[in-house]
Amino acid sequence: MTNSWTDIKNTDLVIIMGGNAAEAHPCGFKWVTEAKANRGAKLIVVDPRFTRSASVADLYAPIRQGTDIAFLLGMINYCIQNDKVQWDYVKAFTNASYIVKDGFAYKDGLFTGYDEAKRDYDKSTWDYVIGPDGYAVVDDTLANPRCVWNLLKEHVSVYTPEMVERICGTPKDKFLKVVEMVSECSSPTKVMTSMYALGWTQHSKGSQNIRAMAMLQLILGNIGMRGGGMNALRGHSNIQGLTDVGLMSNLLPGYLTIPNEKEVDFETYMSTRGFKPLRPNQMSYWQNYRKFFVSFQKAMWGTAATPQNDFAYDWLPKLDVSGYDILRALELMGQGKMTGYLCQGFNPLLAAPNRKKVTDSLSKLKFLVTMDPLDTETSRFWENHGEFNDVDSSQIQTEVIQLPATCFAEDEGSLTNSSRWLQWHWPGGTPPGEAKTDNWIMAQIHVRLKELYRKEGGKFPDPIVNLDWAYADPNEPTAEELAKEINGKALTTVYDTADPTKVLAEAGKLLPGFAALRDDGSTTCGCWIYSGCFNEKGNNMARRDTSDPDETGAYSKWTFSWPANRRILYNRASADLNGKPWDPSRKIIEWDGTKWSGYDVPDIVPTAKPGEVGPFIMNPEGVSRLFTRGMMRDGPFPAHYEPFESPLGNLVAPNVRGNPAARVFKGDFEQFAEPASEEFPYAATSYRLTEHFHYWTKHVHTNAVLQPEFFVEISEELAAEKGITKGGWVHVWSKRGSVEAKAVVTKRIKPLICDGKPVHVIGIPLHWGFTGVARKGFGPNSLTPFVGDANIETPEYKAFLVNIEPIAGPVA
Amino acid sequence: MNMELSRRQFLGAVGAGAAATALGSLGFGEIEAAHAEAIRAFKLVGTTETRNTCPYCSVACGVIMYSKGDRTKGEQADIIHIEGDTDHPTNRGTLCPKGAALLDFVKSETRLKYPMIRKPGSDKFERVSWDEALDRIVRLMKDDRDANFVERNEAGVPVNRWITTGFLAASATTNETAWETYKVVRSAGMLVFDNQARV
Repeated sequence: MTNSWTDIKNTDLVIIMGGNAAEAHPCGFKWVTEAKANRGAKLIVVDPRFTRSASVADLYAPIRQGTDIAFLLGMINYCIQNDKVQWDYVKAFTNASYIVKDGFAYKDGLFTGYDEAKRDYDKSTWDYVIGPDGYAVVDDTLANPRCVWNLLKEHVSVYTPEMVERICGTPKDKFLKVVEMVSECSSPTKVMTSMYALGWTQHSKGSQNIRAMAMLQLILGNIGMRGGGMNALRGHSNIQGLTDVGLMSNLLPGYLTIPNEKEVDFETYMSTRGFKPLRPNQMSYWQNYRKFFVSFQKAMWGTAATPQNDFAYDWLPKLDVSGYDILRALELMGQGKMTGYLCQGFNPLLAAPNRKKVTDSLSKLKFLVTMDPLDTETSRFWENHGEFNDVDSSQIQTEVIQLPATCFAEDEGSLTNSSRWLQWHWPGGTPPGEAKTDNWIMAQIHVRLKELYRKEGGKFPDPIVNLDWAYADPNEPTAEELAKEINGKALTTVYDTADPTKVLAEAGKLLPGFAALRDDGSTTCGCWIYSGCFNEKGNNMARRDTSDPDETGAYSKWTFSWPANRRILYNRASADLNGKPWDPSRKIIEWDGTKWSGYDVPDIVPTAKPGEVGPFIMNPEGVSRLFTRGMMRDGPFPAHYEPFESPLGNLVAPNVRGNPAARVFKGDFEQFAEPASEEFPYAATSYRLTEHFHYWTKHVHTNAVLQPEFFVEISEELAAEKGITKGGWVHVWSKRGSVEAKAVVTKRIKPLICDGKPVHVIGIPLHWGFTGVARKGFGPNSLTPFVGDANIETPEYKAFLVNIEPIAGPVA
Repeated sequence: MNMELSRRQFLGAVGAGAAATALGSLGFGEIEAAHAEAIRAFKLVGTTETRNTCPYCSVACGVIMYSKGDRTKGEQADIIHIEGDTDHPTNRGTLCPKGAALLDFVKSETRLKYPMIRKPGSDKFERVSWDEALDRIVRLMKDDRDANFVERNEAGVPVNRWITTGFLAASATTNETAWETYKVVRSAGMLVFDNQARV
């Protein structure tokens, strides 16, 4: 989230699209209720199903899953055509005026530079014209036909309300009602918030779904505002933290990146991370990259990381592909190229797409290790459970080691919620049996592996034997010790660069925050964006002061919010070019002639003059991007692409199937149903229920009682067409697998009319498996396609094709 | 009066004194005592309160756990009740149907208690000690790493990567566990590394 749960009370309009907060985030959704009750805010829900969120909405509009970009670009088109633009904001705080290189174009669904064989683009034309002074060329009048604004205007012009209706199945009058309400928030004193979740990410163009709404929010001037922003509701309790700390193939903590093998040495690596400002006076905060990186290396390898060995740059593994995400890992396993896999609190047998492929892949491993508080399906993938896990154990040669871990109630540390609050928690119970904390388990793996290397020698033991491991008890580092490492410390005394007499941190002390980081090896820091979480003031994540001056919803003394305890990101953009709030009733910070101050930590240098330094300090432009240069694989603007499995072809680009830049492994394409397939005519989607959390709560007695068994949801119309009765049994199958379920026949799903043709939606909730106390069942991932988003490889769980027929139920 | 006495202690002392006086003056001392004995004590009396956050979704509602026994004193602690934390700014004491049933998660009959190993081709798990399980894991890891670790690529550039064993991290572990996991996984040279945020 750019903002926080408690900030939602400040909004005028909530749009829930790509999520279902009332069902999946019930106690956060109360802030929508607060905004409605206390300030007359309105709620719009756009979703294929009439969800629990829709049931309390002021306006509900149906949409076919996987067509959000057409809807969103339709809204941008409407705002441009009807002059519903927060012009001062757009001109000053976005790259609308930047001139784009002549070679760049978009035609027939493709941007310049497409290579069909590689399913990738040469992105060299996706950039600004750079002037002789080294800065991007801009035209503040927006008259130049090659400026971003005019290119955007042209790009979105095809998405008329009529086209939106044909693609999305949203009746034109409903679409117009939505966009009329949304476009009112172009007023500087009206603010909309976007609440989204996996309904947007789980598509082959998920990143562009979110970009499209972010662009609309910029055009309306809603980013950085109280009650505004882009608010990713997120899934698990520490999805945010695990991402922040960089537990991904291509990441280092704090959104630094792992080197590619082409970056042969440290200086080559740094040369593409220079982040020189693209406009005069801009902060371009990533200019500090070297400080973050060197401090991370020092946190990893301590005294073994020296200026002489480039701070152990060679010890980091170097990528040869864009990343080894879970889909690539399963693909490699299937090809017999992997030996072992360790799963910590993750149940890929049910959570990854195309379950048959997952079973086949796991079966080719030599060993699998699982660490969990609960008995997961993944750890028993080799065990026969009849139709629910139809495998022959004797044919599976994988050695499986299942380790019992503690749960939240027995563990200590911080979790980062979707508001970016790092909240500390304490253990209250004794673990059952011999269950151990993850900290102990991970330490054991490291300590024992290190011991083997010391005894036996072996391949390149340096990074293992030199890993900084100076914990009081090397067998189990404490949460506090680890939190201090994340925060960082001064190895030698750190002085203020502006005033060398001023000490920022004495040698050996914890750093006050990331502004004290240095690139000469004198500081350590595990994750720069978290620096300040545990400093000499103590454990700021454990703070429990609920004061909230003037009830802005900031709660600045409650726990710690990254970065730098800032509660609203880009909050400088809440004030105009003179530093005065766009809306005085929504003041966050303001300029008093010499400095910025207010309710929140300013998201800018406190002395940076308004009108000189732009609010988007991480960008070399100092402004936000409506055109994102070459930073995304599938285009600098979002474009409508159908899901890989779709009930109709692409109406704006008939020759393009799916997202042209999405990675598809050999063999998976053959497993996709054709567009408008007669064999698989129905558009399926997956989702959560409020009574369950993924695959955990089927182990929980109360929740197993509340929602005991698997079902699928279909419309009354489809039920009548297929002869399916309420509560009757159905067989649902895709090109990859099949499930059996009870049918819930509901008015909550209605057929959509897309390009004149009815499209039936089938809803498949995801909470059942073959372990736990609920009835055994299937999930949607026996059916889902094995393809991910072009940028981040999140699988396309939300839009795929199936068929359905009634069957006789099992004998009771 | 001792000026060190806190406001809470002061009110408590006054309350107890007032109640004793009232009972005595009404002459119902014995009946009240018998009645009090028949009433089951409030179940949270004498329990230890511990602050935590709900482990499910990313709203991260505050919860209070009540246990018999106090872990901070090294005692065996058995959690008997979990409820919403009314001080928490986001949830203000409320919990959803999942958070309200957290005790059943802690006490789930399918909580894992012992390390288990399933041998190749077998149809069952067998209980092993932690030492056996961990030594076996690092043996398998090291054998694979030594066999497949790539120190330099074809161009002779140091790449120091290990891509035949991978690690999938959780999304409900703490940031501190995440950092420790990061250190362990990356120092071994692993690149097949992902977490649940992806899906």
